[in-house]
Amino acid sequence: MSTRTTGAAPVDQQPRRRLRASRAWFGAAGLVVLLSLVRVVTGADDITSAGTVAAALGLAVPIGMAGLGALWAERAGVVNIGLEGMLILGTWAAGYAGWTYGPWYGVLAAVAFGALGGLVHAIATVTFGVDQIVSGVAVILLGSGTAQYLSAVAYADVSGGGATQSPPVGDLPSFTLPGVGPALGDLEAQGWFLLSDVAGILRGLVTGVSVLTLIAVAVVVLSWFVLWRTAFGLRLRACGERPQAAESLGVNVYTMKYAAVVVSGALAGLGGAFLAIVAASAYREGQTGGRGFIGIAAMIFGNWRPGGTAAGAALFGYADALQLRRGGESVHALLLLVGIALVVVGVLLIVRGSRRAGITGMLVAVAVLVWFAVTDLVPGELTGLTPYVATLLVLGLAAQRLRPPAAVGLPYRKGTSS
Amino acid sequence: MRASVPAGPVPRPAVASSLSPSGGPVISAPLAVELTGVTKRFPGVVANRDVELRVRAGTVHAVVGENGAGKSTLMKILYGMQRPDEGTVRVDGREVRFGDPGDAIAAGVGMVHQHFMLADNLTVLENVVLGSEPRTGGVVLDLRTARRRITEISDAYGLGVEPDRLVGDLGVGQRQRVEILKVLYRGARILILDEPTAVLVPQEVDELFANLRELKSEGLTVIFISHKLDEVLTVADDVTVIRRGTTVATVDPATTTARELAELMVGAELPSPETRESTVTDEVVLEVRGLTVRDATGRALVDDVSLTIRRGEVLGLAGVEGNGQAELVEAVLGMRRTDAGTVHLGGQDVTGWSTRRRREGGIGYVPEDRHRHGLLLDAPLWENRVLGHQTEAPNVKGALIDRSAARRDTERIVREYDVRTPGIDVLASALSGGNQQKLIVGREMSADISVLVASHPTRGVDVGAQAAIWEHVRTARRQGLAVLLVSADLDELIGLSDRIAVVLRGRLVADVDPGTVTPEQLGSAMTGAGQGAA
Amino acid sequence: MTGRRDVRSPALGLAAPLLAIAFAALLASFVLIGAGDPVLGTFQLLLDYGQQPRSIALVLNAATTYYLSAVAVAIGFKMNLFNIGVDGQYRLAAMTAAYVGGTLSLPAGLHQAVIILTAVAVGAMWAGLAGLLKATRGVSEVISTIMLNAIATGLVAFFLRKVAVPVQGSNNIGTQPIPESGRVGGLPLVPDSSLEVFGLLPLAVLVGVAYWLLLGRTRFGFDLRATGRSQSAAVASGVDVKRMTVTTMLLSGAVAGLVGMPQLLGASYSYSLDFPAGLGFTGIAIALLGRNHPVGIAFGALLWAYLDVSSVILDIEGVSREIVTIMQGTIVLSVVVAYELVRRYRLRDEQRRVARELDQQRAADAEGVPA
Repeated sequence: MSTRTTGAAPVDQQPRRRLRASRAWFGAAGLVVLLSLVRVVTGADDITSAGTVAAALGLAVPIGMAGLGALWAERAGVVNIGLEGMLILGTWAAGYAGWTYGPWYGVLAAVAFGALGGLVHAIATVTFGVDQIVSGVAVILLGSGTAQYLSAVAYADVSGGGATQSPPVGDLPSFTLPGVGPALGDLEAQGWFLLSDVAGILRGLVTGVSVLTLIAVAVVVLSWFVLWRTAFGLRLRACGERPQAAESLGVNVYTMKYAAVVVSGALAGLGGAFLAIVAASAYREGQTGGRGFIGIAAMIFGNWRPGGTAAGAALFGYADALQLRRGGESVHALLLLVGIALVVVGVLLIVRGSRRAGITGMLVAVAVLVWFAVTDLVPGELTGLTPYVATLLVLGLAAQRLRPPAAVGLPYRKGTSS
Repeated sequence: MRASVPAGPVPRPAVASSLSPSGGPVISAPLAVELTGVTKRFPGVVANRDVELRVRAGTVHAVVGENGAGKSTLMKILYGMQRPDEGTVRVDGREVRFGDPGDAIAAGVGMVHQHFMLADNLTVLENVVLGSEPRTGGVVLDLRTARRRITEISDAYGLGVEPDRLVGDLGVGQRQRVEILKVLYRGARILILDEPTAVLVPQEVDELFANLRELKSEGLTVIFISHKLDEVLTVADDVTVIRRGTTVATVDPATTTARELAELMVGAELPSPETRESTVTDEVVLEVRGLTVRDATGRALVDDVSLTIRRGEVLGLAGVEGNGQAELVEAVLGMRRTDAGTVHLGGQDVTGWSTRRRREGGIGYVPEDRHRHGLLLDAPLWENRVLGHQTEAPNVKGALIDRSAARRDTERIVREYDVRTPGIDVLASALSGGNQQKLIVGREMSADISVLVASHPTRGVDVGAQAAIWEHVRTARRQGLAVLLVSADLDELIGLSDRIAVVLRGRLVADVDPGTVTPEQLGSAMTGAGQGAA
Repeated sequence: MTGRRDVRSPALGLAAPLLAIAFAALLASFVLIGAGDPVLGTFQLLLDYGQQPRSIALVLNAATTYYLSAVAVAIGFKMNLFNIGVDGQYRLAAMTAAYVGGTLSLPAGLHQAVIILTAVAVGAMWAGLAGLLKATRGVSEVISTIMLNAIATGLVAFFLRKVAVPVQGSNNIGTQPIPESGRVGGLPLVPDSSLEVFGLLPLAVLVGVAYWLLLGRTRFGFDLRATGRSQSAAVASGVDVKRMTVTTMLLSGAVAGLVGMPQLLGASYSYSLDFPAGLGFTGIAIALLGRNHPVGIAFGALLWAYLDVSSVILDIEGVSREIVTIMQGTIVLSVVVAYELVRRYRLRDEQRRVARELDQQRAADAEGVPA
């Protein structure tokens, strides 16, 4: 089985895609088996419980939306670290419109405000050619400043609110797959190897799922479809790979970049809406907690692909969820998993010829396993670091396998060659 | 010679008529492209002046001229990337005004750029259909149709392009065919190929020419830009010569020799190898032994190269571009890791030395790409004078930069090397290419060096600057420097070198005497058609 | 020969930030009108309150901290490295230094030196990690420093819980207070103000001078700036870019380590949960405002501090003080746009002048030769 289609079958790229999909399924299944194994060995039941999975799903949504926002922008060649600011704008708008007109208006307002933040970033970077990182930092400042001011103006004197908090926002509907919950619950309670774990995970995924979560999943699929299956998406990606080529074929690169960055902001806004309406039922200052940055990390983790980004977001959401549910014990159990996984990665790297990276990976693995062996708990402050450490590890160990868009971060002026 | 005076002399039509026998353009034949009186000015430069170009439909029409003669600007005008200030452009008999490449494409004109306009991370199919995608429902990519059409075109013209491969995995020749397919896919009947052979190895050139003949036989028109005369004579039906921004003649290749074409290209002043006193001594200054540089995949870019240069000697390195010259130069300067071999400077082994140490040790460097390697474009001239010599007098005193001394010395270089600038606080990017290059040459020659490595020192500079730079190289030789001169310009090589080594696919394949060699001999050695290693 | 340009250039350089401030004030006015607050009254309040002696002392104190943070960022900027991680670097550094300072008892002089050097070392190490990742594995420093910021937050919380003691009179926790021998007394710089300015203000000035000397006058600084302008040209000129990347991050982190020192040694004496956070981002903004120039940064820091300090009065007068945050954000965004526009204008202008000059020379040449 090779990953590259050769001259023998040039007619269709289906095999490669199917391969990627099947590998993803294979990986997910392997992960569940490993988790189950770890649970049985360590007795940390929460690592596959329905509660953990449900919490992870909820925590993953805002990260995933920010990650998808980063994906849209970077695929068009624009680095958007301003996502954090757009996320903040989204939470404020969701709080305000949600409180004033109802939760659905809150969602719409959040998307609009996020898009507005994206527009500011697009104007600065695309039209004025300001450095993308610089503009991103400015957008963060502007976004958080605006939200702080607006919340002071809007919420300070209303009952249930305050200078840094909106009054409660109404709930959005959530769904539970009827009939299966109790049965899965019973199965989960048995504590059987694999079967109970699968039951727990499934129960977490079908119980009390917010409509906004469903929308978020749909947005991931839709993003893939738009970016990889439509003419618009092809043009947008071309702008991130080689804008001069796109320009030479009559594509308006500026328009594409504008569209991408505005969509990017809108998606961050949607993530903000989830935080304010579903996760907290109100706007609160600082509730984004750097999720805009974690979103970017999830996108890198997912190698600039929607499915990968979603997987990265799920992983980070899962790490957050464990922290909430008897974190010390659960995360401690996961050390074993991480240690084993790193050993596998290390061996793979060495087999593939990257000896130094492989050995580094092995050393980290040994450190993790020693940590597992000599302690009983991982302190809560450190469990929250999982996404960041994971991202650094991925970047440090697997940077060659990552494929960022070729022209990402580079300034583009119409009519300049190369 | 005052060619740069705006009201300069008109081209010599007499030459054109004398060299345009019956095979030349006949006015009554259908013209695919007709340019009349086209003029294009840029701030401070006239890129094209009174250009006349008539391309018969269904032919391969070559446009030849030296680097910087204005070929590229002309083609950009024809492709809608530049708008002419004066003159008219007709395509298939109709006058057109292209605002952007989209207009040109709509009129059936397509361009294959010298530097491929392809996205590595996209598939061939995606690169080809980009901008004119077949769709279902107006939105969704119709991959099936796209794949079928690409395969059809590829088969019809024998291009052998596979639609689903990543462009990043393709070789240079394959990429070029993707570029051609891109243009054909858009329904172009007129193809502009900008220096298409510059990046190809000889077999690929042959394949390309076979493709071009195929296109011609299908009734398409090809405009072929080049400065390689043998190629032009092989493949073209008509040849238009452009010199200093204007067309000087259109000739029939069947009745024209390379020598005649060359004369038209450079005008009356074809430089001949000058007979001059040899200044070569016995003292070896630079010695390279068994140098090998491999790329990431292990392929040898520079393959076991050995060469020596003596005091007062100019060693010319000839070769088609991309045969390892750039890598060799970077290895000599220590900018690139070598896989085997040694470099000795003045008898001392410098193989393990850093670039900084080698330059301090006496290697001057005039890089091939002055914008990337020779200058800080956003910095004033005097800081550029310090660049590359930031540890040497007069630029520094101890660990500090001596600004006033550096500035004074920049003033001197500007004066002595005739850098045309209003002052030394001007940013380097504001200068013209020729003046930037004169500054670099002046800077390198001002240092205490024993070796000068000059890569394409006159590329993209005006004739005046070219003559000046050649003179500076001769001076360097007289002063006893060992000069490694890498160039694609055979006249430059023959005119300046004491010895010429020919590089092909990373190996030195011939060592020739510029006094006796002919451009034809050199050319065949460079393309591997010669008798192998000397 | 160059006189004409030297007059216009600074004028153009000043125009950009002034325009940005004016634009920010205009935008803030619209926001105030939208919120139904008095525009002129608000600005009057900001002006008056900021000029009181106590406010001036506060402004100087805040500006000292901001200045250090901005210089740390600017060192990276000069080499095209984005040290977004100053935030994590100074917090980790301040926490460690506070712990070391509170644990040791040393004679005055040495005590302060040990604390400051600890901070410098920790800051440099934390930034150096990002530099190493970039130099050896090609990891973008933007991403790695953002990640390191978050990791620093976790580490600080973790270690603080391990070593902290309750802060008297509150439910806050912090490191053991630094004894008298490790503190730096205030300077009575502002007349009529009971509040003294940080004793480490001269340190900030010193850092500014050192930054100016190092970047503008030394070979090392030339190499650093050359790498920032064109990495490929720097390589060809003999700069070891990888080593430069690590060195620059170390330097930037070292200065970042100083950011918390004026506050720690001059006011709080302990690193507690309420130690100022977010100064790294402020530093980025101010470095942008001041165009990485030591004097420009000083003005930027003072402006920023002034807005921060004087905004306090707004809450008291019933206007939301966050209007100032909007102004600051707008200033940064519009100033970077304005700088970019000025840069392009200047380049075009220069090219035109070169062309004009050449035409004149050519004409002169032509006259000299009989036609």
